[in-house]
Amino acid sequence: MSFAPHTEEDIAQMLGALGLRGVDELFEELKATLPPGDVPEVGQTGEFELRRQLWDMARLNGRPDQTPCFRGAGAYEHYVPAAIPQLLSRGEFFTAYTPYQAEVSQGTLQAMYEFQTMVCELLGMEIANASMYDGASALAEAALMALRISKKRCLLVSDAIHPQWIDVLRTYTANVDAEIVSIPAREGITLPAAVASAIDENTAAVLIQNPNVFGIIEPIREIGYLLAEQSALFIVAAYPTTLGILASPGEAGADIAVAEGQPLGIPLSYGGPYVGLFGTKLEHVRQMPGRISGAAFDGKGRRGYVMTLQAREQHIRRERATSNICSNQALCALAVTIYLSLIGPSGLRTVAEQSYSVAHRLAERLSALPGCSLAYDAQFFNEFVLELPVSADDVERELWNHGIISGLPLGRWWPNHKNEMLFCATEIISDAAIHRLVAAMEEALS
Amino acid sequence: MNSATVFEKSRPGRGTSFISGHATPVCADLSPKALRSAPPRLPELTEGEVVRHYTNLSRNNWGVDVGFYPLGSCTMKYNPRLAEQIASWPEFSAAHPLRPVRAAQGFLRIMYETERILSRLCGMARFTLQPAAGAQGELCGMLIIRKHHATRRDRRNTVIVPDSAHGTNPATAALAGFKVVTCPSSDEGLVDIGALKKLVNDDLAGIMLTNPNTLGLFERDIREICYIVHNAGGLVYYDGANFNALVGRFRPGDMGFDVVHLNLHKTFGTPHGGGGPGSGPVGVVEKLEPHLPVPLITKGPEEFELEEHRPLSIGRLNAFAGNALVIVKAYIYMRLLGTAGLREVSGNSVLAANYLKQRLSEVYTPSHPGRCMHEFVLSAERHKNEAGVRAVDIAKRLIDLGFHPPTMYFPLTVPEALMIEPTETENLETLDAFVDALLQIDREARESPEMLHNAPHETPVGRLDEVEAAKNLNVRWQAEPSANTSHSQDASKRKDGQ
Repeated sequence: MSFAPHTEEDIAQMLGALGLRGVDELFEELKATLPPGDVPEVGQTGEFELRRQLWDMARLNGRPDQTPCFRGAGAYEHYVPAAIPQLLSRGEFFTAYTPYQAEVSQGTLQAMYEFQTMVCELLGMEIANASMYDGASALAEAALMALRISKKRCLLVSDAIHPQWIDVLRTYTANVDAEIVSIPAREGITLPAAVASAIDENTAAVLIQNPNVFGIIEPIREIGYLLAEQSALFIVAAYPTTLGILASPGEAGADIAVAEGQPLGIPLSYGGPYVGLFGTKLEHVRQMPGRISGAAFDGKGRRGYVMTLQAREQHIRRERATSNICSNQALCALAVTIYLSLIGPSGLRTVAEQSYSVAHRLAERLSALPGCSLAYDAQFFNEFVLELPVSADDVERELWNHGIISGLPLGRWWPNHKNEMLFCATEIISDAAIHRLVAAMEEALS
Repeated sequence: MNSATVFEKSRPGRGTSFISGHATPVCADLSPKALRSAPPRLPELTEGEVVRHYTNLSRNNWGVDVGFYPLGSCTMKYNPRLAEQIASWPEFSAAHPLRPVRAAQGFLRIMYETERILSRLCGMARFTLQPAAGAQGELCGMLIIRKHHATRRDRRNTVIVPDSAHGTNPATAALAGFKVVTCPSSDEGLVDIGALKKLVNDDLAGIMLTNPNTLGLFERDIREICYIVHNAGGLVYYDGANFNALVGRFRPGDMGFDVVHLNLHKTFGTPHGGGGPGSGPVGVVEKLEPHLPVPLITKGPEEFELEEHRPLSIGRLNAFAGNALVIVKAYIYMRLLGTAGLREVSGNSVLAANYLKQRLSEVYTPSHPGRCMHEFVLSAERHKNEAGVRAVDIAKRLIDLGFHPPTMYFPLTVPEALMIEPTETENLETLDAFVDALLQIDREARESPEMLHNAPHETPVGRLDEVEAAKNLNVRWQAEPSANTSHSQDASKRKDGQ
């Protein structure tokens, strides 16, 4: 079984045309050159039997509908309207590849163009590409782009950026001439004064995440004002749902803006596939990584779309390309495009407001528990750090025994924060789930 | 074609509400400086309008589900539906990436088993599943090679890439900080061993190879190439774009490769998604294991675990553990087929390619004579010289005749290249019909070349002016279709002189 349709007669006919007796003869040159490969035997499993086995494995992950999850930290469960998976399941979309042949790829190309427009609107940027792998690699590519534009080597990185994003940034910049200098966060916030004192003539860019990893709303406008006087570029990483309410990176004066697009219609999927949003100013377009769809006209004056500015890309420019990215996350970008078309500006605002409200209700309830308090006073959006009287790892384990996925124990990232837990709520968290959590927390802490 | 964008179909006040309950205004809590001055101008449509819009867009697309898609080097095979169905189960799709590992044992088991099967299929010691696509897999692999040399305090900066390589190879080597040196191909289309020997020196960090190469030819000197590179202290990188030709039969590890990336969306049957998501796992020989990215999946005494702390690792490539759902789909594909099925895959894909090459060689010039592997390259140079018909004209005419064109103008070493990869999942009737179409186009090239220059004739749009599109850049929809003026509200600062 290999989904190959060839009958024995078909194979005989093809072999006959080639003057061969068996398929193995096609590999004779390889056999002569290579030792007999010790290829493992993996059995074939029928569809019905395999489905049953996968169901057993799936259940090891728990029943998500019965397991409320209060964890965000870079991946956020918002409601995914039913029309999205239905539309994505059209084979014309998901069994296509990169739109190299524009005339038979107008669906993908127009969707990319619409995606780019929506990303520009959300981020407040002039142009956007057709997607990156995820928010973290988008941030890393933004930093590389800033190094190219500025021809300087110092990246000032806020400590309050998601530490796993900073890890990715370090991986991507490990072998280019760059230095990462962290801007310390005070009380969970990146203060403009800290940026001001860190910046110097070697600074290529300042990198800020808003809301930051603690869920706190950063003073991006103030930092933007400060940077307007400087040559350093301003890179802002956003949580796109919050942009229904919060100032966009563009409004704050960002030169490059990125975001993890997952909250916009993509399920949590244990970390992927997600999609990176990437926008910048028009003046930097030729330094931007990734594919771009552009409007074009045919000989009869009909409007269509093509992949444009390909001279930046690896298949043309090879070792001088702006990035090595080839396949991106097109189907996830389509999910984002459909999501934003469905919910519109007021829907996005509603999702943001409800996430904010639910998270604040949750914070109020949790910080009233004995020995618990919010770790920071600053304004947060829909995530907050709760200081516990005991180890957060213990609370995590205890809550899982109650069928609840707690906030994230921050000792996982910072050993001296082992009593802290990063909680998140979105519009899908019900009052009943909060009630269940609070009851389980009371028990865990008693 | 109605090419109106979703923005042009929008009307203020239209929409669908997905969240019940009233919105609670929160602006009062927040400082005005934190807030947006105007909402993003997203479209406003009903669900029905949105569904119709994107359904109509899909109808302007070609996919494997629609018809033959012989795009060379892309392995456009059938995507089994069981994988799609299972990946959509909420037990998989709704799992948070940072949930406790004890709440993700199903995922981790699948990933662990996938890693083991891939390791054995490739003759590698261990795989990471983290890279999100082939090019990120390449980056992962080249960073591992860099780390290997750096750990040994061996400064090596040169990476050799054949002139027929995919563009991602040199771009990746440069991103990993290497100097790229191009190695020419021999007349036979293989790595020129004499030239390679001259390029090898004590600055050599490694070589990146695709085998079979982008001409669809098996690099039969691969053992000698590996010997030359290893002898000079370099490592050998395997670009797995063409692994469909070998899967289940031959292993890169047996050829002498040290690092391997695979494209799960090519060889292992996961869909291409209109350009992604893919997945680009990377396998390494034992001595390179310490450099694999984190997290790695390990099997503990009681449960599967994620190993985060590895001092010699290249670090992290993605925020989380890679394109997990794509890995689930590839796992299902491998389990459905088993090794026996995978051997059929390589056998039938190589058979189909050779059959097409044989039949088409009557009128089109193959880049190289003789047997090919899973793909081959034809040159339309004769058509260009005799009738002024170029590879692009042939490709566009194929669209009218009901086929997706082959890859055009690649590899760069063949003039007027058409690179054809039929895969194993197309039946003989389709292969024959494709041959007939190309034979018809050959006749048309002599009889009515003008008609080919204007092809395709049957599509919603004809050939689009790419030069003009790059010159008058229009990459986002705007109410007034004028130039791209700034929309960022108060992002007025310009960094002049940069």
